[in-house]
Amino acid sequence: MMHFLLLFSRQGKLRLQKWFLPLPERERKKIVKDMTTMVLARKPRTCNFLHWKDLKIVYKRYASLYFCCALENQDNELMALETLHRYVELLDKYFGNVCELDIIFNFEKAYFILDELLMGGEIQETSKLSIVKSIEASDMLQETMEEYMSKPAF
Amino acid sequence: MRMPAPIRLRELIRTIRTARTQAEEREMIQKECAAIRSSFREEDNTYRCRNVAKLLYMHMLGYPAHFGQLECLKLIASQKFTDKRIGYLGAMLLLDERQDVHLLMTNCIKNDLNHSTQYVQGLALCTLGCMGSSEMCRDLAGEVEKLLKTSNSYLRKKAALCAVHVIRKVPELMEMFLPATKNLLSEKNHGVLHTSVVLLTEMCERSPDMLSHFRKLVPQLVRILKNLIMSGYSPEHDVSGISDPFLQVRILRLLRILGKGDDDSSEAMNDILAQVATNTETSKNVGNAILYETVLTIMDIKSESGLRVLAINILGRFLLNNDKNIRYVALTSLLKTVQTDHNAVQRHRSTIVDCLKDLDVSIKRRAMELSFALVNGNNIRGMMKELLYFLDSCDPDFKADCASGIFLAAEKYAPSKRWHIDTIMRVLTTAGSYVRDDSVPNLIQLITNSVEMHAYTVQRLYKALLDDISQQPLVQVASWCIGEYGDLLVSGQCEEEEPIQVSEDEVLDVLEGLLVSNLSTPVTRGYSLTAIMKLSTRFSSLNRIKKVVSIYGSSIDVELQQRAVEYNALFKKYDHMRPALLERMPIMEKTATNGPSETVQTNGETDSTILDTKHLPSISQPASQANDLLDLLGGNDVVPIIQTTVPTKPASAGGELLDLLGDLSLTGGPTPTPASSVPMSQPPFLLDGLTSQPLFNDIAAVIPPMTAYNKNGLIIEFTFERSNPNPNIAVITIHATNSTEADMTEFVFQAAVPKTFQLQLLSPSSNVVPAFNQGSVTQVIRVLNPQKQQLRMRIKLTYTHKGSPVQDLAEVNNFPPQSWQ
Repeated sequence: MMHFLLLFSRQGKLRLQKWFLPLPERERKKIVKDMTTMVLARKPRTCNFLHWKDLKIVYKRYASLYFCCALENQDNELMALETLHRYVELLDKYFGNVCELDIIFNFEKAYFILDELLMGGEIQETSKLSIVKSIEASDMLQETMEEYMSKPAF
Repeated sequence: MRMPAPIRLRELIRTIRTARTQAEEREMIQKECAAIRSSFREEDNTYRCRNVAKLLYMHMLGYPAHFGQLECLKLIASQKFTDKRIGYLGAMLLLDERQDVHLLMTNCIKNDLNHSTQYVQGLALCTLGCMGSSEMCRDLAGEVEKLLKTSNSYLRKKAALCAVHVIRKVPELMEMFLPATKNLLSEKNHGVLHTSVVLLTEMCERSPDMLSHFRKLVPQLVRILKNLIMSGYSPEHDVSGISDPFLQVRILRLLRILGKGDDDSSEAMNDILAQVATNTETSKNVGNAILYETVLTIMDIKSESGLRVLAINILGRFLLNNDKNIRYVALTSLLKTVQTDHNAVQRHRSTIVDCLKDLDVSIKRRAMELSFALVNGNNIRGMMKELLYFLDSCDPDFKADCASGIFLAAEKYAPSKRWHIDTIMRVLTTAGSYVRDDSVPNLIQLITNSVEMHAYTVQRLYKALLDDISQQPLVQVASWCIGEYGDLLVSGQCEEEEPIQVSEDEVLDVLEGLLVSNLSTPVTRGYSLTAIMKLSTRFSSLNRIKKVVSIYGSSIDVELQQRAVEYNALFKKYDHMRPALLERMPIMEKTATNGPSETVQTNGETDSTILDTKHLPSISQPASQANDLLDLLGGNDVVPIIQTTVPTKPASAGGELLDLLGDLSLTGGPTPTPASSVPMSQPPFLLDGLTSQPLFNDIAAVIPPMTAYNKNGLIIEFTFERSNPNPNIAVITIHATNSTEADMTEFVFQAAVPKTFQLQLLSPSSNVVPAFNQGSVTQVIRVLNPQKQQLRMRIKLTYTHKGSPVQDLAEVNNFPPQSWQ
């Protein structure tokens, strides 16, 4: 299973943090710091995998954002790259040509989409279409038409 | 007075991003937090959602948000979907199971699991499945199980993963989900299929009973996989021309677990694995991801040899792929398979060695580990060249592991002593400061035992010291050698290369230089002081040495001071003992070496070959004992004191022997003993060991050998040596030979002696006595006989011959008188 998934910028600013294991706040902060330091220090044209403690770290850069996740030993790291890519594709479909700013200003949406793709560190749906439909339907449920028309509900 | 409406989330984000300094940002945040707090105090339902959302944003920036925890619960309890969405998100981010607050969620989640809207149920399942504590899982498992049986695929897939989480938190609950798994795989929906496979995998991994139960699913899984591969283009699940690779990979992983160790299942999946391995498109990462998983499965199950070779060849092709990620996983997988399919991996050795030159650090490390695993007697010279070159040029992070690996490989497979010493020298001079601390005593022992190379070794080490005294392990080994073999150095006895001309004073200059140098650590200083002292029996410049020793008698370094004072005492009051104490070290018995744990024990060769090349049995050295001796002797001198070993034979219960051998006092057979040695009522070991000749090159000729046992083709001969310092110890070596036409395997020799004796059995050379007298098993017995009584022994032999176990007891009474008188 995946232990955590982090999104951070090239300056090390955190844009999303999904934890699939219970960890105290200070430990999460430490891990975020370690990950950003390690990943940002990587030279270009090196492979996308790292070893950290007993976990496999898989990371990939998309424009100005780093997507970084931690796997257990028996997990398939090549497939994890596909998972990260699938998430980016979903964000792109939802926001239309997604960029970092979209995720900054709509971070809660990014989480909602992620929660349709992954649960408990495992993939829950392999059909892009299905996920997009679920998110659209959920958005519809938000109470007023005004809210749905992406005027901020809150 | 009513507060103005709290600002909207996006506006806050915009505002905060305009802050130019950290301080400015902090001020904005504090202001907003204060506003939010008051809003919470007012119990305002309308804006709670907005405020919590803002809080979550600030939390992501690193600011504390714990005061929002209860508010999340209130949002979850609200009827509005927007509230619930943010509430659950907040719960997942701000709450964790360590806080009591999270338990308050349980009721809400329970209600929401039964909500009429599937998206609300989905939120509840998601939250429970990501962060549910054990208590929550216990309370709600029943609800999850119900949802696992629903026909709504949106909920069913989420319930499956939620069940996985429940099982992870509370494994005892696994059973209750069993009935619901019944027709999970008949689903058409890929989401449900995928999560079901994950659930089945989790159950099989945790319970052998579940594993056997689910083996019957293999044909169905094979069918599903086949359909995925054969089916036409399905836009919904397609990734670069491959249909639902996520599902394919999970099925392959489940097949791996089901097929492991089971012939029938492995056979049932053979064809589909071959099909996937040969037909999967390899131009993109996704295809290679599937191939990777396939290879892992093939290697783990009981696949045909043809399939295994196919798998290794896929890995070999991966090694040549341009994509670094592919090369990386290839090396990782080869490392896993190198033990079981050693020869197949050897074929790719040159490609693997090339990866040492890769620019990517992760790849280099894997390649290094794999290279060490592939070193054997045949390729040692070539491999070592590459590895030494790698050691020169690699990152400092690698050097320690690489050096350790090289030492270990050299020790196992060195084609000659000269080569071995040269290799050590090369490592010490190029990576001398990265070498592990335990290498120093190991190397010293190695050098001591290479008797004919002493002159060569000390000369090379001396020359290395002239160049560079900064690398402490090198300096320590060199000091020790100069202290031991300084006489060979000045007398120019080197045969291997041109002997150098060096005087005693020059040597002492170098050693004294180490004492005063800032580069030397206290440990190094200790080595060099002791070396100087030892030279007092090898050199003639006694006065100079006395002077140095007396100066350090007032050193600030307590360790040095103690040594110097003791050495001074040697000069003054115990001068008669000095020659004996500082005598040349005897050959040390081999201790267990510590190498990088991933280095393979036997690189394509069997253990017995390693044992055969060492005529001395192995003794495990308690570290504390060695350290006690360190002080006076100034090195990790291994004194051949008598100890029991921890042999590798299967443990026999000491009890059974006791029954049969009645009144005889009992030792023998594998009994792991504590590190302390057998107590002897003798003068201190220290002097014993020092003044003794090596225990085993003794007056063997004087005591005639005897046949102790001769029955059913098994002959056991005893040969004798008397231990020099202690005439009460008889050292008996048993030689077991087998003249029948079948090997005697699992051979165990045990012995018992009367109460007045003490006996110790060291480990045997092997436990197979080969047929037709093709070889023998030897084992050393040490018998202490302080009362000089007539030696007698009862022996017990167990072995397997032609498939049947054999056991025999015998008395040995015909010991030659010289062995005990």
